[in-house]
Amino acid sequence: MIRSPLPQTDYMTSGHVGCPGCGATVAMKFALRALGEKTMMVIPACCWAIIAGSHPQSSLKVPILHTAFATAGAAASGLRAALDMKGDTDTVVVAWAGDGGTFDIGFQALSGAVERNEDFIYVCYDNEAYMNTGVQRSSSTPFGTRTTTTPGSNWKQTRKKNIVEALAAHRIPYAATASIAFPEDMIRKFQRARMLKGGSRFIHVFATCPTGWRVPTDQCIKIARLAVQTRIFPLYEVTDGIHYTLNQDASPRPVRDYLQVQGRFSHLSEVDYDTIQGMVDEDWMLLKRKVGPWPSETDI
Amino acid sequence: MKEVVEGSHAVSEAVRLARVQVMSAYPITPQTHIVEALSEYCAQGRMAGRFICVESEHSAMAAVIGAASGGARTFTATSSHGLALMHELLHWASAARLPIVMAEVNRALGPGWNIWMDQTDSLAQRDTGWIQLYCEDGQEALDTTLLAFRLAESADLPVMVVLDAFFLSHTYEPVDIPDQATADRFLPAYRPRIQLDTREPCALSQMAPPGCYMEMRYDIQAGMRRVPDLYTTAENDFEDIFGRRYGMLEAYRCEDAEIILAMAGTAVSTSRQVVDDLRDRGEKVGLLKIRMFRPFPTDLLRRLVGNAQKIAVLDRNFCFGLGGIFAQEIRAALYHGERQPSVFSYISGLGGRDVTPEIIEEIYRRSKSADHPEIESVWVGLDPGICPV
Ligand SMILES: Cc1ncc(C[n+]2csc(CCOP(=O)(O)OP(=O)(O)O)c2C)c(N)n1
Ligand code: SF4
Repeated sequence: MIRSPLPQTDYMTSGHVGCPGCGATVAMKFALRALGEKTMMVIPACCWAIIAGSHPQSSLKVPILHTAFATAGAAASGLRAALDMKGDTDTVVVAWAGDGGTFDIGFQALSGAVERNEDFIYVCYDNEAYMNTGVQRSSSTPFGTRTTTTPGSNWKQTRKKNIVEALAAHRIPYAATASIAFPEDMIRKFQRARMLKGGSRFIHVFATCPTGWRVPTDQCIKIARLAVQTRIFPLYEVTDGIHYTLNQDASPRPVRDYLQVQGRFSHLSEVDYDTIQGMVDEDWMLLKRKVGPWPSETDI
Repeated sequence: MKEVVEGSHAVSEAVRLARVQVMSAYPITPQTHIVEALSEYCAQGRMAGRFICVESEHSAMAAVIGAASGGARTFTATSSHGLALMHELLHWASAARLPIVMAEVNRALGPGWNIWMDQTDSLAQRDTGWIQLYCEDGQEALDTTLLAFRLAESADLPVMVVLDAFFLSHTYEPVDIPDQATADRFLPAYRPRIQLDTREPCALSQMAPPGCYMEMRYDIQAGMRRVPDLYTTAENDFEDIFGRRYGMLEAYRCEDAEIILAMAGTAVSTSRQVVDDLRDRGEKVGLLKIRMFRPFPTDLLRRLVGNAQKIAVLDRNFCFGLGGIFAQEIRAALYHGERQPSVFSYISGLGGRDVTPEIIEEIYRRSKSADHPEIESVWVGLDPGICPV
């Protein structure tokens, strides 16, 4: 047996209240393995506010500050300031929010915080909808998805907001995507973020939600892997908002392989698959262009 | 040492003297001077605090909640629309029992845009679990802010120090600013009761199911109930050190008063003069200054009204569909009391309209000549040219 080099200490306990097969719990487990015990979590309203356990219990072995939906970026800023004032620069403050708390209602506080270059790690575990309130669309919900607020033939007609690009545009020191299906890559990114003290780090984690995506509970990792393989969710890093590194670039699979295994896309036709394939290809070209060599001075 | 300072800066000085560790605020007129001065103190090294320049009031309150949860002494300031935007977070602060102090400059809410004095903003937050203290002048603003930290930290509840827009925030007055050593004697270094700690991990403000939520609320009320005693203890110490005290309510010439005027804020100063003038003319009038609004000092109020037959309340605020807010509160507080003077409710001075001695005298005369209060609040000083009455 090959022993994994991954850190082995868990800071998440069994007995949490996530749904069976929840990708967001896998994300936390690996994130905390990478971050270690000197970590404080700031969690706004989202599924994780529940998964973390209700009073007087907790499913994490690190301190948690629960906070209002829109405030992860701001509350984490305040907590960081308090620790700094007390001379504790060792502990890392992590804001841990869903896509709604990041892309939508929390975006203002997040944008404000990274513009100030707050010394924290902001993690968005992205399940592509408001799951906690019953699968409503968010601005992270991809084109073509049925949710409870984009039902029937009113499935979502607009693209998923590209949050990493929005953060990169703030010239944030470090932004990365990660997937629960690629734990080595994900842990490395959390470790890197942990070491890059002094400024804002953002990690966008793709986290399957069997409940909202209408997939079997044992498919969580497989579907997350398909998202990367079909280039729907590429794994990459951006430093200082301009230097792009692609972490995974195998020969792609067609997006239909990913779409057709999920209930939330079951209404889509071949034509819709083609439309989505076109969007994915276009996004991929854009990303490749950014990953390409940095122009030399003579190019300017 | 006495210095001539703006009301806003009296607050800033108190925050500096309190050695606040983390501050956060978002600009809104007429609050800005308070936090501009604090930013300046931090920049000059006169203060060791961190000032977080957030992008909204919602975030300002979230940031100080985060900081207080991390064990820091915290302060913020706002006004009007900023306070309204914070509303959600005010609950988070009080229910988490965080001793945050906030200066709130009473300003009208739009539309139409109006930056001037009006109390509806702070009074609309009366159910958020914050202690509210209203100030009359610059000295009181400084003293109350300093006292607020002691009170907040002993009661484990947040405190709002309320100042009138412009009449207080932008008025220069001589204010006795204590030196740091004296301030430290009154307000020792902050020792948080609870703070996040990686050596003893716990979860704060997490989900509270029906099985414990109600008990948590009861506990906050139990905390509120202790506030009058804690306040008195803090004021005793304050008086020992600084020689001043204000009380939760101040009864001015109320002993034999038949009619008592009641209000909060800077209009109290004007009314004090009016009461003196009326007394010179043989009128049996007194003045009740409302300083503490939450918790509402019901017992004290019942005692202070003495033998008065009528209480005339001047509200610079309004609850649509009902009436003046202080009047309602006073009425409710007296309802089961031994004595039940009639409560007359008057609205005046909204949106920065001046409350003149004439208006106060009119309120007195109207209350004196009427047998019973009208059911609805009476609006005084309306311009019939704009709004036919
Ligand atoms: C101000 C406010 N509006 C709405 C809500 C209700 N609410 C709680 S969680 C949630 C959705 C969270 O979605 P997301 O951030 O994507 O996390 P997920 O539940 O998917 O994990 C909503 C709408 C709230 N708590 N606060
Ligand atoms: S609804 Fe989805 S994200 Fe939320 S706990 Fe269940 S599986 Fe996880």
